[in-house]
Amino acid sequence: MLKFIEQPRYSCAIGAQQTVVAIRRGVPILHAGPGCSAKVSALIGQGEGYAGGNTIPCTNAGEADIVYGGEDKLRSVIDGAFKVIDADLYVVLTGCTSDIVGDDVGRVTAVYQEQGRPIVYAETGGFKSNNYVSHEAVVNAIIDQYVDVHNKGAEKQKGLVNVFASVPYQDPYWNGNLEEIKRVLEGIGLKVNILFGNESNGVEEWKTIPSAEFNILINSWTGLRIVKHLEEKYGTHYVHFPYLPIGGIETTKFLREVAEFGKLEKEVAEAFINKEEEKYYSFIERTADFMLEFRYGIPRRFYTILDASYSIGFSKFLLSELGILPAKQFVIDDTPEEFRAAIEQQFAKISDLRSAEVSFSIDGGAIQKEIREDTQKNRALILGSAWERDLATDIKADLLIISAPVSYRLVLNCGYAGYNGGLRAIEDIYDRVLNTYR
Amino acid sequence: MSVINIKIPEVQIREVRLGSITGFEGTAGELVKCARAGTLQDSTRSFSQCMGCSSGHAFCQLSMITDAVIINHAPVGCSGDFFGFNFVYRVGQMERDLPSVIGRYFNTNIEERDTIFGATEKLEATIREVYERIKPNAIFVTTSCASAIIGDDVESVVNDLTIELGIPVVGCYCEGFRSKIWTTGFDSAYHSIVRKIVKPPRKKTNKVNIINFWGAHIFDDLLRPLGYEPSYVVPFSTVAELEYISEAAATIQICPTLGTYIGAALEQIYGVPEIKAPPAYGIAGTDKWLRELGKVLDRQEEVEEIIKKEHARVLPLLEEYREKLKGKTAYITAGAAHGHSLIALLRELDISVKGAAIFHHDPIYDNGDPTSDALAHDVNTYGDVPNFNVCNKQAYELVNILNRVRPDIMIARHGGMTLWGAKLGVPTLLIGDEHFGFGYQGILNYAERMLETLDNTEFVTNLAKHSSMPYTKWWLEQNPFSFLGGNAHVEVY
Repeated sequence: MLKFIEQPRYSCAIGAQQTVVAIRRGVPILHAGPGCSAKVSALIGQGEGYAGGNTIPCTNAGEADIVYGGEDKLRSVIDGAFKVIDADLYVVLTGCTSDIVGDDVGRVTAVYQEQGRPIVYAETGGFKSNNYVSHEAVVNAIIDQYVDVHNKGAEKQKGLVNVFASVPYQDPYWNGNLEEIKRVLEGIGLKVNILFGNESNGVEEWKTIPSAEFNILINSWTGLRIVKHLEEKYGTHYVHFPYLPIGGIETTKFLREVAEFGKLEKEVAEAFINKEEEKYYSFIERTADFMLEFRYGIPRRFYTILDASYSIGFSKFLLSELGILPAKQFVIDDTPEEFRAAIEQQFAKISDLRSAEVSFSIDGGAIQKEIREDTQKNRALILGSAWERDLATDIKADLLIISAPVSYRLVLNCGYAGYNGGLRAIEDIYDRVLNTYR
Repeated sequence: MSVINIKIPEVQIREVRLGSITGFEGTAGELVKCARAGTLQDSTRSFSQCMGCSSGHAFCQLSMITDAVIINHAPVGCSGDFFGFNFVYRVGQMERDLPSVIGRYFNTNIEERDTIFGATEKLEATIREVYERIKPNAIFVTTSCASAIIGDDVESVVNDLTIELGIPVVGCYCEGFRSKIWTTGFDSAYHSIVRKIVKPPRKKTNKVNIINFWGAHIFDDLLRPLGYEPSYVVPFSTVAELEYISEAAATIQICPTLGTYIGAALEQIYGVPEIKAPPAYGIAGTDKWLRELGKVLDRQEEVEEIIKKEHARVLPLLEEYREKLKGKTAYITAGAAHGHSLIALLRELDISVKGAAIFHHDPIYDNGDPTSDALAHDVNTYGDVPNFNVCNKQAYELVNILNRVRPDIMIARHGGMTLWGAKLGVPTLLIGDEHFGFGYQGILNYAERMLETLDNTEFVTNLAKHSSMPYTKWWLEQNPFSFLGGNAHVEVY
């Protein structure tokens, strides 16, 4: 089947360099062609971070490396990286050049690993997968080659959990989302390894991964390979919440599922949920007048052009908490075949009363054409990427940019997960709606 | 002089064609001397950071041809730059009052099985479907490391489809690993245009090709009174307009690093004279450039009038700026010729240039004319520049040098470099519009912006106070060129 892509919204396997950049004081070392890193940064980078962007060491493969192999050059760049870059974890990632010519990168890094250096490698040649999939490969590589070495036979720690949620940077709001997820999980009494971003304690936190009592996966499919791997390796069971919980209903549902799975103290969890819901719904109540009475037009149908986790999460939220009805939903993360049925099921019961139509496509041009051909009988809301700007203008829809590329937004700690994320989503959606009036 | 050969699909890379290099430490004068004597040798780095590649630079020129589409024959990550260029394209539409459209860019999505069985069938099918979807006037296919190493015969595919579809389907061979000088990608794009789009002239016109990115249309006011019409090439051209750039009266380069290949190609193949003086930066440089323009366009008297009038207008203002900027020190990081131009501009303002990190060096351009050497012009006109480093975006070298030099201001031309000035508390200026510093007015433009930047130290002071530094203390104490040259195990960087 032809699978070309107009308007790319994700990167290739080497995009997982951002997974490493998201680890506090982690640095990727690319064994790849000269432009790979810059192209990843162009699509999903958010500034340099600590040692991302132009700081990333790279062998910048040339013709000679293709003909004679590039292992010597890699060794030399790794040596330099240890001297020049002040980091806690170095992750060697290969590109197409190295993977096609067959450099033995494992052999090169093994020498440093034997010396006790904090270095890991993963094969991430661009043709191997997209960055949703390679995120799993890189996390598993760090677990196997770094975490495991540092924490042999550790005891399980009661109440400690590892959280795997969205793919850092591919989810533009990863940092804000992870902060909120950590906050609510701590609220119900857990100690949380969030692993990426500001709320993580970096490699020291990663070293405690094997000690977790259980793992939490908040994603439709990315990360399943991580939690399954941890289950095999350390016998850690996992609870799978198959989309991003946004707003009151879904966050509460998420927390109750986790509390039940982890056999947490019910009173503690419920007390936190009550407090949060009270706060959350006090704001919802305030907006109700506006929602019910604003007479000049607010969106009544929505399209999502997002990855599966966001698409399901937002669809449930928009329908049940804001009363906006689903038009067609487009999942653009190249979901592997084996996970599609579960996603379709989520859309089949998007609320107790309703189902929503969903299709899987990676071709933004075809998706936009389909939306343009729809009857626009009332005002629509599009949750998509910066590619949707003209589409939104042309069909007079409101656009909230959730997916990469975000280009028309500057993202700091904004997040849409949880109770706070739900409120933020409401503010952002109606900010755009109200801003259309003169 | 390099011989332009449009019969072969691939352009020769700059290292081979021009003897260009990416590693050098010394003074600007020493570099010029080596280049002229033909003794320039590249230095390699045993540690390096990520750079740019040719494919992005080819795309940069092709992606804003208004009625063409681009197919990037590559894994999806290679197309990570699509939206960035689409953004630039759309900003340009606003500035030109053009309707809002998005760039139509496609990726063939090369996957693992394609690396075993080849991806030419996928490419063919994509071209056909894209043609049906858009009905463009031309399709450019840009290649990738993956498509090249697996040995896809892209040239046969595009040639067959050119016949089948009846529009030019053009291969642009720009895989990243071929060259460590990413501006080779510009050459690839121009080569593909001259090879497959440009036609022999039917007549001579009063058009003047301006080889540029997407800067402001500053050449309108210069050329129209002289009876000539600027034609900005390649971004925002149509395929039909590109067909007859061969009919122009002359070609102007805003930066020979960008346009060296197309300027020479149009002159060699179609006799369109190229203005060979270095671009018009600084008073002396602008005088020289205008005089050559006058000669080529047969408007010498008019040009002398312009020079006289502009001197009278600009020189007194310039004197005021010089007073204010006197004694200030600067450090520059930029692409090659534009960096040389900025040196002229700063020196004209009596700013002391403490050094420069310039992305590569072309000892000669495709026209083979040493008078085009903008760095030689700097050295001859204003004297030598110390700490002249040829350095392809190696931030670690830049940080080390900046930490020592501590200039009053850092001037950058490309993204990703400014941060290092600011993190060290050095006010830093990046100008996006490549025409901003051009000509007499350009000196004043830059002077004004520099004064603003020098005055605004609150932001960088605060940023420096709260910044992290990913470089080791050890490294900041080393000679900045510790990794340059000398590693016998390393082939090429």
